[in-house]
Formats: sequence, structure tokens, C-alpha cells
Amino acid sequence: MATNIFLAILATSLATYISRFLGVVTSKKIKETSKIFKWFNCLAYSTLSALLARIIIFPAGALAEVDYFIRFIVVFICLIIFLISKKNFVYPTVLSALLLALLSSNL
Amino acid sequence: MNIKYFLKGFFCIKSADSPAIALFASFIAIGALFKSIGLNIQESIFSTFLTYALPGSLIMAESLIVGASLLNIFLAVWLVNARLYPMTVSLFPLLTHKSQPRFKYYLACHFIAVSAWLIMKQNCKSVERKYRLDYWIGVGAANLSVAMSATAFGFFIADYLNKDMMVGLAIVNPVYFTCVMVGAMKTIQMSLAVILGSVLGILFYFISPEWCILLGGFTAGTLAFFIGELNGN
Repeated sequence: MATNIFLAILATSLATYISRFLGVVTSKKIKETSKIFKWFNCLAYSTLSALLARIIIFPAGALAEVDYFIRFIVVFICLIIFLISKKNFVYPTVLSALLLALLSSNL
Repeated sequence: MNIKYFLKGFFCIKSADSPAIALFASFIAIGALFKSIGLNIQESIFSTFLTYALPGSLIMAESLIVGASLLNIFLAVWLVNARLYPMTVSLFPLLTHKSQPRFKYYLACHFIAVSAWLIMKQNCKSVERKYRLDYWIGVGAANLSVAMSATAFGFFIADYLNKDMMVGLAIVNPVYFTCVMVGAMKTIQMSLAVILGSVLGILFYFISPEWCILLGGFTAGTLAFFIGELNGN
């Protein structure tokens, strides 16, 4: 392996901390009742959704080896379960792992 | 530091809608992945402790496999974790109180990652403002501890995990957060932010895989904000 692992960990954590740090600096000037705060709230949720959509549709790592159709079905079924179980988080999360492992080994 | 509020925040991890299961599953996968690419146990736990935000750790692991340069790793991680910036700005104004020392905010922001952030967004208003920062540190410390233990656990059981189990673990986190996002769609603004975010995130992927999260998220969030404002939320 070409890159030093220790330095890679440091680079990763530094690159991550920068955004948090700048966020605190910016927060100083923003009131929670302001429009800008609302805008940032929208940005936070939309970037998270963009990230999630990317992970599910164009995954990296282990998930990439599962067929796109199977991933889609699993997420869809779990969402339905979430909605009909009156927004219970435990059922869909536990079921998702079992369902995907089952589908990907049998299809 | 108010211990009572710290502990109150810490034990949020036991609540029914807690991200603990999803967090544990995904960091088991990270621990196993770290082992397979040649990190030792100290490095694995250290990495989760220092970075904590999951997508960044995944990028690091992938980059190490292909032997990317440090600068490449830095830029790729920065891009994928830049979403932490709007997340911080949409949380920390709720935590500020003049009695808290400034440096504490710079330490406490290390706990910003989606799991802790979501708990805090939900519970924030129910906590007295003066103690919110202590409560937040409790929430963050609990989540980080779960992540670190799961990394260690994943490292040790790596040899017993087959491919199907790894795949199963990898889907838990996206499914949990998809449910959380759908659960957060309570106003026009929020619903649009979530729906447009996922659609544009994918569309922008065809233009640039590296920038799709930021560009898609920024465009979607801004659109959602303005449409929501025009329609009175």
C-alpha cells in the first residue's frame, strides 16, 4: 500500500473537521429565527437526501455488488413497513439487512 | 459542564427511535473493511474516533485500496463531508448560550454526524437553552461510543462475515436514514428539500460524481426554501 495509513487517517479527520469548524464560526452570526437559518436547514436536509440517494443508487463498496433492482426493492419495502408501522424505526432497519442478504444470495 | 444534562443526552441512545442499531451495523461493516485493507485494531478505532462521519471513512478506505495520494484523500473526504457544514449551521444557533465558553463549541462540533444531529434536531426544543450544549455533548458522546465499539467489534468478527452479511450490514444505515428523512417531511419546505435533494443528487451524478452531493443538495435546498417561503411554508 502506497499511502501511509496513519497520515491517511489524519488527512481524513482533518478534512472532516474543517466543515464542522467553519459551521461553528458561521453559526455565531446566525439567529435561529432568521431566514438564513431556515435556508441552511433546507440545505442540510437536501444534501443529506442527495447523499442517501447516491448511496442507494450509485453505491460504493459492498452494496455495489448487489443488483440495482434488489437494492431498490429492499428500500421500497422497508419504507412501506416504516409508514404502516406508524413510523417505527426498528422494524424496517432490522428487516432491511435480512431482506437484502436473503434476496442477494438467492437471486 | 452540567452532568445531569450530559447524562440525559447520553441516554437518548436508548430511546425507541435511536440510531443505535443502524450506527452499530454500519460501523461493524467499517471495522471489517478496515481489517481487510490492512489497518490494525488501534488504527481502526482511532480512525472512527477522529473522523466519526461514516461516508468519509468509506472514502478513505477506498482510496487506500487504490493507493490514492494524501491530497486526493483529503479533497475527496472534504467534498463528501462538506454537508456537515450546513448541518452545523442549522444546529449550533440553537445551542448557543452566553454562559458557555467559546472553546466548548469547537470541541462539541466534532460530534456532528447525521445520527447525533438528528436526535438533537428532534429533542433540542425540549431542553432548557442554557444546558443544550451539555445535552448535545452527551448525545454525541453516546453515538461516538457506539461507533467506536462497533468498529472494534467489526474488526474482530471480520473473518466470520461472509459477503451476504456484509451487504446486509451495508443497507441498514441508508434504510434507517431514508426512513428518518421521510419522517421529517412535515412541511412543504422539508418535503421538497428531501424529495428534490434525492432527485437532483442523482441527476448531478451524471455531470460529476464527486460534486453531485454538494451541487444537488445546494440547488435542491435553495429551491425548496424559496418555494416553501412563497407558499407560507
